[in-house]
Amino acid sequence: MTTTATEHLLTAEGITVRFGGLTALDGVGLRVRPDGVTGLIGPNGAGKTTLFNVLSGILRPSAGTLTWKGGPPPGRRPHHLARAGIARTFQGLHLFPLMTVLDNVVAGADRLARGGPLSLVTGLGRHHRDERELRARALAALERFGVADTAHRLPGTLPYGVQKQVALARACVCDPELLLLDEPAGGLSGGQVDELAAQIRSLARDTAVVLVEHHMDLVMRVCDHIVVLDFGRVISAGTPDEVRADPAVTRAYLGTAGEGDAR
Amino acid sequence: MSTSATEREPRTAGGPARRRVDLPSPLRHLLLAALALAAVAGLLLVTGDLTALRLAAVGYTMLAVAGLQLLVGGSGQVSLGHGAFMMIGAYTMALLVLRLPMLPLAGNLVAVVAVATVAGVAVGAATARLHGPYLAGATLILAVGLPGLTHRYHEVLGGSNGLTVRTAGAPPFLQGLVSGSEWKALVVWTAVVLGLAVLATVSTGRLGRRMRAVRDDETAAAMSGIPVGATKVTAFVVASAAGGLAGGLQVYVLGTATPSMFTLSLSLTLLAALVLGGIGSMWGALWAALAVVYLEIWLSDAVRAFELGKDVENNLPIVLFGVLLILVLRFQPLGLHGILQRLRALLRRAR
Repeated sequence: MTTTATEHLLTAEGITVRFGGLTALDGVGLRVRPDGVTGLIGPNGAGKTTLFNVLSGILRPSAGTLTWKGGPPPGRRPHHLARAGIARTFQGLHLFPLMTVLDNVVAGADRLARGGPLSLVTGLGRHHRDERELRARALAALERFGVADTAHRLPGTLPYGVQKQVALARACVCDPELLLLDEPAGGLSGGQVDELAAQIRSLARDTAVVLVEHHMDLVMRVCDHIVVLDFGRVISAGTPDEVRADPAVTRAYLGTAGEGDAR
Repeated sequence: MSTSATEREPRTAGGPARRRVDLPSPLRHLLLAALALAAVAGLLLVTGDLTALRLAAVGYTMLAVAGLQLLVGGSGQVSLGHGAFMMIGAYTMALLVLRLPMLPLAGNLVAVVAVATVAGVAVGAATARLHGPYLAGATLILAVGLPGLTHRYHEVLGGSNGLTVRTAGAPPFLQGLVSGSEWKALVVWTAVVLGLAVLATVSTGRLGRRMRAVRDDETAAAMSGIPVGATKVTAFVVASAAGGLAGGLQVYVLGTATPSMFTLSLSLTLLAALVLGGIGSMWGALWAALAVVYLEIWLSDAVRAFELGKDVENNLPIVLFGVLLILVLRFQPLGLHGILQRLRALLRRAR
């Protein structure tokens, strides 16, 4: 590696997570450049979502360090990382069910408000301008993801594909520097996946994207760099072509290549 | 501009969008508060002394329920101890009147809010990590335990007899124009509409959105940069302050604070009334307060008319309240406010 740590947006080193006797992650390292799409793949139970939870502060690792923009992360709680510019989507979407789509996305834009605690509590000072700006940003984000017409609906009343776009809009509304996408293609149809691929490439122009995904076609199409996890360890990393050619990856996914070699 | 006017009126989809002047939210709510106060004053003009006192009771009850509304409906934290904060406000008020008689009423009320806020911070911070039934349990202890303090500190808090205070009536230049009761009702409602304006500003603003986000999904809220713990504590503190002010106003009207006014059944009644009135709307708090105050009165009248005796009179309100609550939850989970909204929609369609 010729690049130094400061050139990376986010660096994870030696991340280990143990749940009781189970080691979900075992000394995993990950470097995310400020641009481009990093794919995180691996068979079920490889530790992909666990690593996401560590990167977004939801899970505290048993060992290992995170470096954000060359320094220590700005706090360990999820909201600290979110306010620093890390946004994520969830496999289960986690939209706010009793809030309108617009309110969902405005809530996602919370960190853009510039008023202090006093304006937050009293509604005085910058609050009014903040609210207007947040709302405008949220509407623009809904527009960008093509779901502006659903602004006043409740998320539960919308088709799954639309809900996924709302979740994307909520994550992207505050221009995050790092966007963590957890299985964005899950449950989408073929045409929707094509659309998603174009969206991800377009998002990656302004932000770093890390993607957990089972949809191999999508991963190979959109990722600049792929990290393969298996049983909590990194077993391969490189460009899509390198990873595709790596026998270790084939073994992990199919389990037949190794046996074939032995025969 | 035209787009912002249409999106502001989500419910009128199909109909023409109403244009609203884009006032800052505190200002808008203060204006509404002034209107509400004017309406109450008008009502006081045409009614008698007895109604004035009942309206005052509706006022402080509404404030207490509205605080609970923000906590339960807004932030999703169920508190069974809201009456305890009313009690803190009430006893603070009574002690201030007794010990520092030179303080003006407004000063007393500010102090009451301050004390209730501090109590809210203490309890809210201690219970911030508790969810659902555990929080309800912790606040339940507060509601059960706090009235006991009056016996423990009998000399200061007056035991089961409580504290009795005399509060001033109308100022000299208004005497003859308004009766003492009418004046008290006006004072109560002035404080109540100010309190409601604050609650409305909080719940419709960014803080209210943070609370709803935390209520709906803590993980997603945190990943949106919303500090979950601080938001929950803030909701608890604002609700406590509203409850405290309501208690203080109650003492101002009734001239007495006793432990039996703030039993667990008060906390439960407030919560039940909130659900009955309608969670999620300030109007719900008004219907709730009207129900709490007037159901009891009408029932006592009815019981006396049929000569059913004291036991029935004491327990019938709570029975009817329970039955109403079950019926409302079964047929209209959004409470009386939901029923009224449905009626309004029907009327509009009929037109």
